[in-house]
Amino acid sequence: MTYLSIENVGISFTRNGRTNEVLRDVSVKIARGEFVSLIGHSGCGKSTVLNIVAGLLKASTGVVLLEDKEVNSPGPDRAVVFQNHSLLPWLTVRENVSLAVDKVMKGRKTKAERNEWIDHNLALVNMTHAAERRPNEISGGMKQRVGIARALAMEPKVLLLDEPFGALDALTRAHLQDSLMEIHGRLGNAVIMITHDVDEAVLLSDRIVMMTNGPSATVGEILKVDLERPRRRLELVEDPTYTHARAEVLEFLYARHAKPAVAA
Amino acid sequence: MATTSTIGVTAPGIAAKAAEKAPRAPFITAASLRGMAANLIPPVVVMIAFLVIWELLCSRPGAGLPPPSRVVTEAWDIIVNPFYDNGGTDKGLFWHISASIQRVALGFALATVVGILVGTLIGQSDWAMRGLDPIFQVLRTIPPLAWLPLSLAAFRDGQPSAIFVIFITSIWPIIINTAVGIRNIPQDYRNVSAVLQLNPIEFFSKIMLPSAAPYIFTGLRIGVGLSWLAIVAAEMLIGGVGIGFFIWDAWNSSHISEIIVALVYVGVIGFILDRFVAFIGNLVTRGAAA
Ligand SMILES: Nc1ncnc2c1ncn2[C@@H]1O[C@H](COP(=O)(O)OP(=O)(O)OP(=O)(O)O)[C@@H](O)[C@H]1O
Ligand SMILES: [Mg+2]
Repeated sequence: MTYLSIENVGISFTRNGRTNEVLRDVSVKIARGEFVSLIGHSGCGKSTVLNIVAGLLKASTGVVLLEDKEVNSPGPDRAVVFQNHSLLPWLTVRENVSLAVDKVMKGRKTKAERNEWIDHNLALVNMTHAAERRPNEISGGMKQRVGIARALAMEPKVLLLDEPFGALDALTRAHLQDSLMEIHGRLGNAVIMITHDVDEAVLLSDRIVMMTNGPSATVGEILKVDLERPRRRLELVEDPTYTHARAEVLEFLYARHAKPAVAA
Repeated sequence: MATTSTIGVTAPGIAAKAAEKAPRAPFITAASLRGMAANLIPPVVVMIAFLVIWELLCSRPGAGLPPPSRVVTEAWDIIVNPFYDNGGTDKGLFWHISASIQRVALGFALATVVGILVGTLIGQSDWAMRGLDPIFQVLRTIPPLAWLPLSLAAFRDGQPSAIFVIFITSIWPIIINTAVGIRNIPQDYRNVSAVLQLNPIEFFSKIMLPSAAPYIFTGLRIGVGLSWLAIVAAEMLIGGVGIGFFIWDAWNSSHISEIIVALVYVGVIGFILDRFVAFIGNLVTRGAAA
């Protein structure tokens, strides 16, 4: 029962006549409602994988199938939360969400229903109080929450998150991870999340896709995280399944696929 | 404060409220007055010093220019009667200025629309940008008046020629700045628009224009300044009603004082036009520089 299927995807970029193979033979199958993390060293090609699934980049080889249909252009069924929030600074928080809702839900919902839906999604990420503020008037964590609300409001089949909490302090990050788990538990979208944080990956994911280092990066190993949901971070600290999963990922990243020392 | 403390003995609640409100109560505080004075005094002092020196320099016999006192007495008529209209070109300064502003408004509005559209098209394409940029860089350095003979030859009439000169003078900075603004639209915004599947018209109005607005308004501000420079010079040559013609006419009748009054108007209007465009720009781009 594969929902989203990334099949033998490879991509090369040509610049100044030199071809650089970034990904080779990346294959991942994701079920409906599954939460999958993508982890790997910086520059290995995680964002590139995500952009291919989003349709923002074209794979040189292989295909991405969503419900057995080939994905070849961007669309709201694969909403992206970008690495740096990318809210439009000239719009208020509410207008940022409504730009997406009005575009995607036009024809499906009346104006009143759309307004209600916007409010609902802002409430989902606890941003109702700042709805009329502009992105430069709110904190980094709040921006990230609005980015998530904008993506969720499109009712995507797949939610794509590119290091959604990368630039945040540990407390805000923990808080947003909890919200994300809670929202995912309620809505049951398939999620692909890129992260650098081993704890985040283990805490949130059903499976963790570990990527080898580039060039020609590929899937090194896929780890299943067999933990009951809902998960509570405090209870997991001592859980043997949790600590074991954590150790596996660390082992992969720092022993078997350590980042080659930067030659400079 | 002294009053609230005496009430405080019997009604602490009210006293506390009054004390809370106290700092907000006066509209004009000593500090804000001092701030205003600090901003106002230097220009006033400099202005007075300038007028005094001018008066001293130009009061001696044989001076080429009239001193400010004589400017005011000689030009008193046109200063106090800006609205008279004796038909033909014998009108008050208000009518001359408004004729000039109308020409600028028309030429500048055309330049704005065409400049933003052309700039947007050019900004989309690396090839067009590389090919056209050098041409624009050369064209934009052509002095406004150099276009006048050409446009007179084309339009055979003063009015459209003057408007064309405004148009052609102010359009280059608008095109160039718009194109740069469009090129600088962050990839993130393009990605957002791609995921939402915005159509080209939505992309233009909802992403491109707002994102490039700070650049566009830089171009508009340069453009409106150039327009005003150009119109005064062009009107001297084409005649008719207009502040440029007024100045030229005053020179031909040796009314130097009237010229000086007209120059003050030209300067002030130019300043207002610049501030007006900047003001609109601030309104529109509010928040865009996050
Ligand atoms: N459009 C492009 N043209 C050329 N090379 C590219 C392009 N996009 C990505 N690359 C290259 O692909 C490699 C992977 O980039 P990518 O952004 O996917 O890495 P990443 O794993 O997301 O890194 P990080 O964790 O730092 O975000 C990099 O070496 C990058 O230089
Ligand atoms: Mg990345």
